[in-house]
Amino acid sequence: MEQYIGASLMLLFATGIAGGMVLMTSLLGPKKSFADKDEPFECGESQIVSPHQRFSVKFYLVAVLFILFDIEAVFLFPWAILFKKLGMFGFIEMFLFLLILGVGLLYVWKKGGLDWE
Amino acid sequence: MIPAPIVDLVSLSPVIVLSLFAMGVLILDLFIGKDKTVLVFLSLLGLFLAAVSSLAKGTGPIYSFSNSYVVDTFSIFLTFVFAISSALAIMLSVSYNKEQGIKIGEYYSIILFCTVGMIVLASSADLIMIFLGIEIVSISLYILAGIRRTEKRSNEAALKYFLLGAFASGFLLYGMALVYGATGTTHLKDIASVLASSEFKTSPILLMGVVLLVVGFGFKVASVPFHMWAPDVYQGSATPVTAFMSVGPKAAVFAAFFRIFVEGIPNISDYWDTILCIVAVITMFVGNLGAIIQDNMKRLLAYSSISHAGYILVALIAKNSLGMSSLLFYMLAYAFMSFGAFAIIIILDKQNGDNLEVKDYAGLGFKHPVIAVCMSIFLLSLGGLPPFAGFVGKFYIFSAAVKEGYITLVVLGVLNSAISFYYYLRVIVYMYMKEPEGDYQVQPSLAPFSLLVIGIAVFGTIELGIFPGPVISWTMN
Repeated sequence: MEQYIGASLMLLFATGIAGGMVLMTSLLGPKKSFADKDEPFECGESQIVSPHQRFSVKFYLVAVLFILFDIEAVFLFPWAILFKKLGMFGFIEMFLFLLILGVGLLYVWKKGGLDWE
Repeated sequence: MIPAPIVDLVSLSPVIVLSLFAMGVLILDLFIGKDKTVLVFLSLLGLFLAAVSSLAKGTGPIYSFSNSYVVDTFSIFLTFVFAISSALAIMLSVSYNKEQGIKIGEYYSIILFCTVGMIVLASSADLIMIFLGIEIVSISLYILAGIRRTEKRSNEAALKYFLLGAFASGFLLYGMALVYGATGTTHLKDIASVLASSEFKTSPILLMGVVLLVVGFGFKVASVPFHMWAPDVYQGSATPVTAFMSVGPKAAVFAAFFRIFVEGIPNISDYWDTILCIVAVITMFVGNLGAIIQDNMKRLLAYSSISHAGYILVALIAKNSLGMSSLLFYMLAYAFMSFGAFAIIIILDKQNGDNLEVKDYAGLGFKHPVIAVCMSIFLLSLGGLPPFAGFVGKFYIFSAAVKEGYITLVVLGVLNSAISFYYYLRVIVYMYMKEPEGDYQVQPSLAPFSLLVIGIAVFGTIELGIFPGPVISWTMN
């Protein structure tokens, strides 16, 4: 049983802090009610709007590019940590990878994918 | 120090060469003007070099990258088939793209990337590599299907293909996961040896995985009952893309299909034999009976391509070495005759890019006799009439199946060949025996590249039909 004491304490603290926060705010916090506040929260969007709102397609382009180069970073981190152990092989491989991504960046750049206007 | 893995770049050389050329085409496109002709020549050069470099390792099976990539006769032969079919597709696109106003230079680089995926697919000996190849091929094809951006039909084709294709990839991947779960390995050779000596053969996980693999591959090669997307996608895409889709990627997926089922899980063939026999028979019937009622030429060829998937499945079911070599031979023969028929459709297209109905071919035999003769050669070869390539291909496939005792299957296959003559001959009858309705005149647009494709296709169709020996002995290796 003894090895579970730490975990139980952790569980107790976690529920205590979370539950305590909710309890304290509901006891101590000011209570003003108005129409906007009673609506369910949805990241700053109003609940009832026309669904015909249009997003600029540029947002999607930026999002796609972000994901592409974000993945690059995901691969770079473990490579940087193991840089010395991987030796020359890892160095060359990663630069080939970056070269291919560089081709992609050049393509996006020349195509005007980075221009907002 | 982490030891560097053993990298065998020579056996990967066709993939590397083609990837470099694809990126080169992509970049060069940014710096040239509206005229994309130089990209065409660069792409053709890349395909040629890739095909040549595939010979660098000799023909013996050489495994590399921890046994997940293999160079053997099968993969080398298919690399040549892919290079030929992609080259024909690119040559067909030149005048078509000019007429349709498709000024997208990326088109050529996507075809090259798709070819990279096909080579990976034909050379992989590991489930993960196979999935990687299938995804490279599929994603390229989704883009190619929608290349006529302003055309509604093209958009429909791309979206339909993408949604259903992504779904099928899911089936395929889940099937692979279950097979991995049952056997504990993704290498096809290891899967085969695990299944040779163990009691896992009847494990429900394994059998479920195999069924999902059949569904996934069945979709990718457009076999019935997973063929629904094919006619719409084939009709909606640009015609050179349709020709490309129905040959290269299909052959590549069949290669992976063959590798998994015949090299990976032949020991449980008692279980998948019957499923594939049924799929093959209904594919042939639905393809051929569906083609009979089509009036649009492109749709007719789409259904005919479905039925050909059925014939090729027979080669897979045979499971012997003759089956393998007949599969390879049929891929090459089909590349020539299919590209030939599509090339004729392209040069006879109307100005607005609509392709012709069968009845528009009336009287073609007298107005443009050479074109009509070429078309007849391709159609008769697709039907399987000697002395053309289609006959030899079918003959080898059926003899491989007879050798293994699949008599009923072969009888149904031959019956289907007979049915297929009805719609192939119908076009020929229109060309030679009917008067054109009204005063509409077909104006063929004879671009040099398209004529070259037709010439190559005629030569290939007749050459493989009369002197199949050298190619057959190469595939037998």
